[in-house]
Amino acid sequence: MTRTRLRILVGILVAAAALYAPYYFQAPTNADLSMAIYFAIAAMGLNLLTGFNGQISIGHGAFFGVGAFTSAILVDSYGWSYELTLPVAALLAAGLGVLVGIPALRVRGLYLALVTLGLAVLFPRVALKYVDGTGGTALVRPDRDSFDSLLTFLANDQWEYVECLVVAVVLFVLAWNLSRSRIGRAMVAVRDQELAASTVGIHLARVKVGTFALSAAYAGIAGGLSVMVDKAADATDPTLAFRNSIEFLVAVVIGGTATILGPAVGALILVFLRTRTDGLIEGKEILSPAIFGAALIAVVFVLPDGVVGGLRRLTDRLLPARAGEEANLAGATAMRGDAVAGSDDAVDDPDPPGAPPGPPPTKENP
Amino acid sequence: MDLFVSFILNGIGNGAIYASVALALVLIFRTTGLLNLAQGEMALFSTYFAWWLTSSFGMSIFLAIPVTIVASMAGGAAIERTLIRPVYGPGKSQLNVLIVMLGMFLALNALAQLLFSDQAEPMPKPWPTNSSAGDPTGSSQIVEVLGQRISWATIALAIALVVECVVLYVLFQRTKLGLKLRAVANNTESARLVGINSSAMLMLGWALSAGLGAFAGTLAASARGSVNPGLMAIILVYAFSAAALGGFDSPVGAVVGGMVVAIAEALTIGYVDALSGIELVVPFGIILLVLLVRPQGLFGRREVERV
Repeated sequence: MTRTRLRILVGILVAAAALYAPYYFQAPTNADLSMAIYFAIAAMGLNLLTGFNGQISIGHGAFFGVGAFTSAILVDSYGWSYELTLPVAALLAAGLGVLVGIPALRVRGLYLALVTLGLAVLFPRVALKYVDGTGGTALVRPDRDSFDSLLTFLANDQWEYVECLVVAVVLFVLAWNLSRSRIGRAMVAVRDQELAASTVGIHLARVKVGTFALSAAYAGIAGGLSVMVDKAADATDPTLAFRNSIEFLVAVVIGGTATILGPAVGALILVFLRTRTDGLIEGKEILSPAIFGAALIAVVFVLPDGVVGGLRRLTDRLLPARAGEEANLAGATAMRGDAVAGSDDAVDDPDPPGAPPGPPPTKENP
Repeated sequence: MDLFVSFILNGIGNGAIYASVALALVLIFRTTGLLNLAQGEMALFSTYFAWWLTSSFGMSIFLAIPVTIVASMAGGAAIERTLIRPVYGPGKSQLNVLIVMLGMFLALNALAQLLFSDQAEPMPKPWPTNSSAGDPTGSSQIVEVLGQRISWATIALAIALVVECVVLYVLFQRTKLGLKLRAVANNTESARLVGINSSAMLMLGWALSAGLGAFAGTLAASARGSVNPGLMAIILVYAFSAAALGGFDSPVGAVVGGMVVAIAEALTIGYVDALSGIELVVPFGIILLVLLVRPQGLFGRREVERV
């Protein structure tokens, strides 16, 4: 069996499972699945920024929160129908993304992580000060009926799942196309060698700020979807935005950075790990962040390229590419090695063996 | 005017704490080029350890602090050797080391609560106190200098900061060990070629930084009266902004930055009502401003990148 056939087969199976899932599972599991989907969208946004463009952010919880509050407030106070609020959530988050993206032009790597960390710490305090919702300060709970199914043959939880899934599919296809387009190549070039990228005519500021805005928009949409699933936009817990930010990053890294499927796989693993271990140890809730932190470290040590990267290596081992493909791939590897930015095949898929998709190499030790 | 001066004095006390943590960040950054996001939680763990020494063994705080510092130094070196080194280095992804640090951030905070206490615990003060009803460890004594009432906490924190600076200065500028540390920070490869054990120096960098953080954390807990699980996370944000302001590679910058940030914070709390509750805007605003105007910080050196 060739790789292409394997891919098609797996694709069909996954699609069928995703479509059948809401009928198979009960409402609580469907809610978990919906949650995994909106997590995946936010993680995909972060992956565009961090994986493909090399800008590390641990502040995406703030964009997520902005999206959530936009949706919730529009539905709750202005009586908008829910679906219409998502584009607005995306736009507002993207606007904030531009505002953060511009100063981010000055910094890279861990410095940028630091700036965005400030964003995550600050966001709940701002919400606490200015948002006065139906649930209390920094908590907006729109009416449950606002999210009713528009289709008669779907229960509400199934409808929510389907709506999340549709949005996610659109956004993932968009990301996939983007990663293979001129702009996507430019993003990767900027990640791998910024100076070289600019000498071949890539407008650094435009690419970086644009990616930031797009990535923030993804997180904003995810936030909007979260209101439908969780029935609330919540910033009462000052660490929530920070925890979300970390979890998005974790989903990306567990799944595999700079891969298209990575964020989805990572989000699924993360959400189910969390929902299934939360009540596991009674009376010792504090153990769960300890295990979570330790698991994070363990993943980085065991699977440095994430689950998707690990699977790729496995298929490379089990199904070696044929001679023709091999030559192609070798060529691509060489190109990649040279890091000739923006050239034909310097980028990601189909990934050459031995050159796992990975986050940017450390550029310099200051 | 008196009010203004007392705001400034408040700021100096906090500034000494921020500056100490910023110094710890700068130490790691100088020797390894890493921004240690887990610095705050490492210090929190040490601080709880110090509290545990004083409460379970009845150890005097004057003894507990040095014991904690030594233990933290060992811990810092162990963390560098086991957790950081395998994932960090030239050619390795910054993302992985970031994840490891975030993992440490979560795990150390949770471990401190598991092993020691998940409550706010009273921390004895290593300076003169009066017994007080509101504070089990006593309230800091006040001295009057030139008509200004200054808390002993402020004085002690300032003294501690000066001591730290002198120790670090002597270590880095006047000893052979410091010379080696600086050589490794400057150029690891060349340092290795002239026979410096650079990996030992990296461990030492982490050890020093962990010890410094432990010292700062314990004093911070004493100054605030208690140690609680959220103590260091906010201090870390301020320390980061202090280090960003001063320049990540500059110890002088860390101290100046810490003072500026803390005084700005104190004045904001005192005079700007619009920002009450969100004083955190101040360090964040400072970070952004510095990055826009002078990315290398006030005292930092600009990096030059070769393609």
